[in-house]
Amino acid sequence: MIRFLLKGILRDKQRSLLPVIIVSIGTMLTVLLVCWLNGFLGDSIEMNARFATGHIKIMTAAYQKNIDQVPNDLALSGVDSLMMKLRKEFPDMKWGERIHFGGLIDVPDNKGETRSQGPAIGFGIDMLSGDKSEIERFNLEKSIFRGKLPSHKGEILMSEDFSKKLKINPGDTVTLIGSTMNGSMALYNYTVSGTIVFGAEAMDHGSVIVDMADVRAALDMDNAAGEIVGYLPDIYYNEENANKVVARFQEIFPLSGGEFSPVIMTLRQQNSLGNMIDMIKSVGSLMVFVFVLSMSLVLWNAGLLGGLRRYSEFGIRLAIGEDYSHIYKTMIYESVLIGIIGSIIGTVVGLLGSLYLQEHGLDIGSMMKGAAIMMPSVFRAHITTNAFYIGFIPGLFSTVAGTMLSGIGIYKRKTARLFKELEA
Amino acid sequence: MENSKIISIEGLKKTFSTTGGKFTALNGINLEFGKGEFTGVVGPSGSGKTTLLNIIGSLDSPSEGKAIVLGKSIGELNVKQSAMLRRSQLGFIFQSYNLLPVYTVFENVEFPLLLLNMNDGQRKKMVLDSLEWLGLTDKIKSMPSQLSGGECQRVAIARAMVKKPEIVLADEPTANLDAANSHHILKSMVQLNKEFNTTFIFATHDDKVIGYLHRKISLVDGKVAKDEITNN
Repeated sequence: MIRFLLKGILRDKQRSLLPVIIVSIGTMLTVLLVCWLNGFLGDSIEMNARFATGHIKIMTAAYQKNIDQVPNDLALSGVDSLMMKLRKEFPDMKWGERIHFGGLIDVPDNKGETRSQGPAIGFGIDMLSGDKSEIERFNLEKSIFRGKLPSHKGEILMSEDFSKKLKINPGDTVTLIGSTMNGSMALYNYTVSGTIVFGAEAMDHGSVIVDMADVRAALDMDNAAGEIVGYLPDIYYNEENANKVVARFQEIFPLSGGEFSPVIMTLRQQNSLGNMIDMIKSVGSLMVFVFVLSMSLVLWNAGLLGGLRRYSEFGIRLAIGEDYSHIYKTMIYESVLIGIIGSIIGTVVGLLGSLYLQEHGLDIGSMMKGAAIMMPSVFRAHITTNAFYIGFIPGLFSTVAGTMLSGIGIYKRKTARLFKELEA
Repeated sequence: MENSKIISIEGLKKTFSTTGGKFTALNGINLEFGKGEFTGVVGPSGSGKTTLLNIIGSLDSPSEGKAIVLGKSIGELNVKQSAMLRRSQLGFIFQSYNLLPVYTVFENVEFPLLLLNMNDGQRKKMVLDSLEWLGLTDKIKSMPSQLSGGECQRVAIARAMVKKPEIVLADEPTANLDAANSHHILKSMVQLNKEFNTTFIFATHDDKVIGYLHRKISLVDGKVAKDEITNN
C-alpha cells in the first residue's frame, strides 16, 4: 500500500509539489538558522572565552569576589607550581596565565615631554616564551594592522584605534603608568612593535597587549598571575566537560576558606554568558516551534484545498471498500512520505547554505562601529550534529499536523454525501 | 443459474432533510434479489434508483424498514462493517467511470485487492485475469487519460469484477457511452454474469441497458410500480 501511495504522490504534482516545496523551504530555513545562530552565538562565546573568560578560569577567592575591579593585589602567587600541577592533572587542556591591568599610556615627544596620553586596558599574555598558544588564541598574527608581533622584551602591541588616538606609529616608545601588585606606582617604558585590529569593537577601543614577563616586571608580579585560563579540547565550550574539570579541580584543591586559595569558575559563571549558553540550547527548539507552527498552518490550508480536490477520489475509495479511518491513515502516510522527501531536500540545501556561511561568513563589521559588547564582526554558521536531523522535526510534524487537521473533513462527510459529490 | 435469495428488502423507506422540508426518496419498497440475477431498476430521474442502489451497496442506510444484503442488515452495520461488506463482496460501476487518474490501468484494477491484503503473486494473477476478461491486456500500462470512454468503463468493470464479488451495482453505466461501446460493455457484463454467476443490479433509464436485462423493476416516486421478468 505504501508503494501504491508513493506512486500516487510522485505522479500527482498538485498533491505533492506544493507541500514538498513548503516543507523543503521550512526545513532549509530551520537548518540554516539553527546553524547560523549556533555559529554566531558559539563564536560570540568563544570570543569571550579566548579574550576574557577561558572555558574555565582559576583565580584566588578574593580576586573572584572583586573580579570586576581586576584586583592584581589579590592575584595568584606561586603560579609556576600551580601550572605544573594543572598540566599534569589535566593533560588534555590548554592553560594560559593572564594579567589584566589598567593604566595610563603616556607618549613622550623627543624632549621627553608628554605628547599625548590615554587610559588603556592591558592584557598580559605569553608571547615570547616560544609557546604560540596565546598568540593563536588572540589571533594576533592575523590581527596585525601595522608593524609586527613583539619579538623582544619590552615590546608591546596596541590597538590601531588607540594608536591613532595617541598618534603613535610602530617603533615609538610609550610609558605605562600604573600600579604594582603591592600598591606602589609602576612606570615602565615599552616600544610599540605593531598595531592590531581584532574586529571586536570592545577590544579595538583602547587596548594594549604585553608579554607576560614584561607585565610581571612592570607590575612587580613575579611568579604571579591575575588569572589562569583553561581551554577544553572541544571546538566550542562544552559545559559537561567543563563541569568535570571543575569537579576534579575541587578534589585537588578543596576550598580552604583562605582568601588566596585558588578557586575555579566555568565560562557559564562569568559575564552573564550562562544566559547566552541557555539561548543557544533553546534557539533550536524555538526555531523548530516557529516553523512547525507556521508550516502547519500553511500545510493545513494546502491540505484543505487538496482534500477538496480529492473528494471524488475519496468517494471512489469508500465505494470500493475503504473505511474513513483507512483513508485518513493513508493521508497521514502520504504526509509522512511528503514530509520525509521535503525534509531531505530542505536539510541538504540548508546544510549547503550553512557550509557556505561556515566557510565564508557574513561580514557585518561596518554595522558594528562603536559596539561595546564583545561579539564577532563576521557572522559564521556552525554545522553541528543536530543540523542533520533538526529540520525533520518541523518537516515531518507540520505535514502530519496539517494533514490531520485538514483530514478531519473526511470524517464530517457522510459516505453517501461523499458518494454524491463523486457523482457530481 | 438464478437461485438463492441474496438481497431482501422489506418496507424500505428513505427520507432526506432538505431546505424545503423532508423529501421521501424511497417509500415502502419490498423486493428480493436472487443470486446471479441480471436486474435493472428503471425509472425517471428522482424516482429513487440511485438511493436504492446506495442502500444495497451499504453507502447509505434506511430511514425505516430493512435491507438485508448477503445476510447482513444494512441499517445495523457500523462504518467498518459496511466498508468490509463493500470491500469483500460488492463491486461498483459508475456513470463517469471514476478511475483514479494518477494510476495505470493495472493499478486501478489492483486497488481493491490491495485493500484485501492479498500477496503480490495472487494479486497480479487476478488483475491480469480480470483485464483479460475485458480485453484490456494491451492497456495495462496506460493511464486513464490515454483511454477512450468505452475503455475506461471496461477498466471500471474490471476493477469491480477483479475480486469476484457476489453483487455488482452499476449506476447508469452507459450514460456517457455511444451505442457501440454501450453494447460492447453490456455484452461483457452479460458474459461475466454467466461465467461467474455474479448478481448485476443496474440503475438506468437507458433502453440499450434495458434490452439486456432479465428482470426490470420500475420505480416511480420511490415506489415499485412494476416488477417484471423480461424475455432477454
